[in-house]
Amino acid sequence: MDVLVCVKRVPVTGGRISLTDDEQDIDTRYLGFTVSPHEECAVEEAVRLVEAHGGSSTVLTLGPAVAEEQLRDAMSMGANRAVLIEAEGPGWDGGATAAAIARAIGDAGVEYDLLLFGNESADAGGYQVGIRVAHLLDLPCVTGVKHLEIRDGKAVARREGPGGFEIYEVPLPAVITVKEGINLPRYPSIPGRLRAKKAPVERLHLDAPQPGLEKIRLRLPQGRDKQVEILGDGAAGVERAVEVLRQIGVMPP
Amino acid sequence: MIVGLVEHDGGVVSEPSLQMLTLGRRLAERLGEPLAALVIGSEARPVVDGLAAYGVETVHHAVDDRLDRYAPDAWAACVVDLMGTAGPTAVLAAGTDRGNEVMAHVGARTGLPVGANCTEVQPGDPFLVTRLRWGGSLLEDARLHGEVKLLTVAPHSIQAEEGPAAGGWSVEEFSPALQDTDFRVQVARQEGRPAGKVSLPEARVVVGGGRGVGSPEGFGPLEELAELLGGVVGCSRVVTSLGWRPHTDQVGQTGVRIAPDIYIACGISGAIQHMVGAKGAKRILVINTDRQAPILTHADYAIIGDVQQVVPALVSAIREGKGL
Ligand SMILES: Cc1cc2nc3c(=O)[nH]c(=O)nc-3n(C[C@H](O)[C@H](O)[C@H](O)COP(=O)(O)OP(=O)(O)OC[C@H]3O[C@@H](n4cnc5c(N)ncnc54)[C@H](O)[C@@H]3O)c2cc1C
Repeated sequence: MDVLVCVKRVPVTGGRISLTDDEQDIDTRYLGFTVSPHEECAVEEAVRLVEAHGGSSTVLTLGPAVAEEQLRDAMSMGANRAVLIEAEGPGWDGGATAAAIARAIGDAGVEYDLLLFGNESADAGGYQVGIRVAHLLDLPCVTGVKHLEIRDGKAVARREGPGGFEIYEVPLPAVITVKEGINLPRYPSIPGRLRAKKAPVERLHLDAPQPGLEKIRLRLPQGRDKQVEILGDGAAGVERAVEVLRQIGVMPP
Repeated sequence: MIVGLVEHDGGVVSEPSLQMLTLGRRLAERLGEPLAALVIGSEARPVVDGLAAYGVETVHHAVDDRLDRYAPDAWAACVVDLMGTAGPTAVLAAGTDRGNEVMAHVGARTGLPVGANCTEVQPGDPFLVTRLRWGGSLLEDARLHGEVKLLTVAPHSIQAEEGPAAGGWSVEEFSPALQDTDFRVQVARQEGRPAGKVSLPEARVVVGGGRGVGSPEGFGPLEELAELLGGVVGCSRVVTSLGWRPHTDQVGQTGVRIAPDIYIACGISGAIQHMVGAKGAKRILVINTDRQAPILTHADYAIIGDVQQVVPALVSAIREGKGL
């Protein structure tokens, strides 16, 4: 089966976010980059499905030229091919991104059996690219999936719902958006890394569209740094900790 | 007209939907327009009456036998059908899994943009919205365009408040135009959650462990501590990635959101993606060797020290205090 998996490059922000002076972006000068954990799991799922059922997996991203790094990361985990839709600028909201991805899929003329996305991107969190691509390609879409099985040309997908789990069955081809927890992504092997370094990346280029959801600026939520009370060093802090637990009323009777 | 898509669970309106209606009512008041609600399926009947207290003037109730099991795209078709007949200025849903999912389908069907997880909304054309990024660690001010404004309201960003009852009050049942293809994706069956243990989102005490716990076995004393305090164990993403704990224990942006009376965070550095999951914690007690760890800026109390030493000592002290 042929699987497409879509990922997005985001910074690894650590303990604190700082913004650029124009408030348009996170200051990434001292940061590394990655993809959302949901998408890392989507890549792992694609690779496993191809290991189990044959076929090939393709990883696609829409982003700056340097997002090649995330494509190579995915290839080092086992993805077979990579497509980079080079697109800079602020106009790429969920609608524009989905339109570009759907077009790239159509133009490539590949009939994917399965299109995997993360449930939501780590940074913008729009919750819509996978669903919009599904509509543009007239495919069924199940979101938030934490367990997936492919059998008899169908995808059996399980996700959390109100009060329990929901199970969906949809015919292939289909779009599935996944959440972290669906699998435990592998660490890339050394040969995998070497292969990924040399593998070709297909490139397309698109101009920035007019966004429907237009960023004005980013802001940090009201800082609510607390004054921490140091209860002590090592085991010496334990006595006061017990006092705190008692005050809060969580000490056992 | 402002329309709010209302979700319910077993005949009770979900809290995020009431929060969404509260924001919707304020928006409607500023625009001098009525607030309407959309409820879907026959199971929604019991929730209809309670909505008047939130200032809802008209409840549009979509009925069709096929709507009894959740089907995201069919729900979206109901929204789009109502948009056609009622001509609303904006359609709102709660920023829940279902709310975000249905509104994305509505956006796709209509070609309109969707602003997900908004915390503030200023009417006008375009709407000016503030929305959550990075699971809530960062805010974005944005212009939301489109002939009808589509947005979801971030859960717990505002408090649900009842409002002055609207002048008139009516329920209008309608049969939305639905195709069989709208039901291509529909819940086939449901499974309950395993009963028993306190769940992480509901626990009053959470003992969290990070890389600093050192190994899967290192979680033994954390389990003991949690058990003594009637709580449960959570963990950071590093811990799940290393395979020390299952992902269901993970607290954070891509894990579970907790709201305990106290979060005891052991050997966790306090990355923003972890801390958004612990925002609901009333108090945080940190156990960490590093006095400079970012988590201390979120903490109320800290013990500077090694988890392997401090946690067993805490367990013994609690046992003694308890007279065990
Ligand atoms: C998009 C995205 C989403 C993410 N989602 C999540 C999420 O949902 N949840 C999550 O947790 N993370 C998430 N992360 C990962 C996050 O950024 C951090 O990498 C992770 O939370 C760090 O885990 P940690 O604190 O256990 O490890 P570290 O950052 O390595 O910190 C270990 C801490 O332990 C302390 N320590 C070490 N030894 C000891 C000892 N013996 N005794 C006491 N203290 C000790 C150290 O001082 C340090 O503070 C996400 C990342 C991204 C990019």
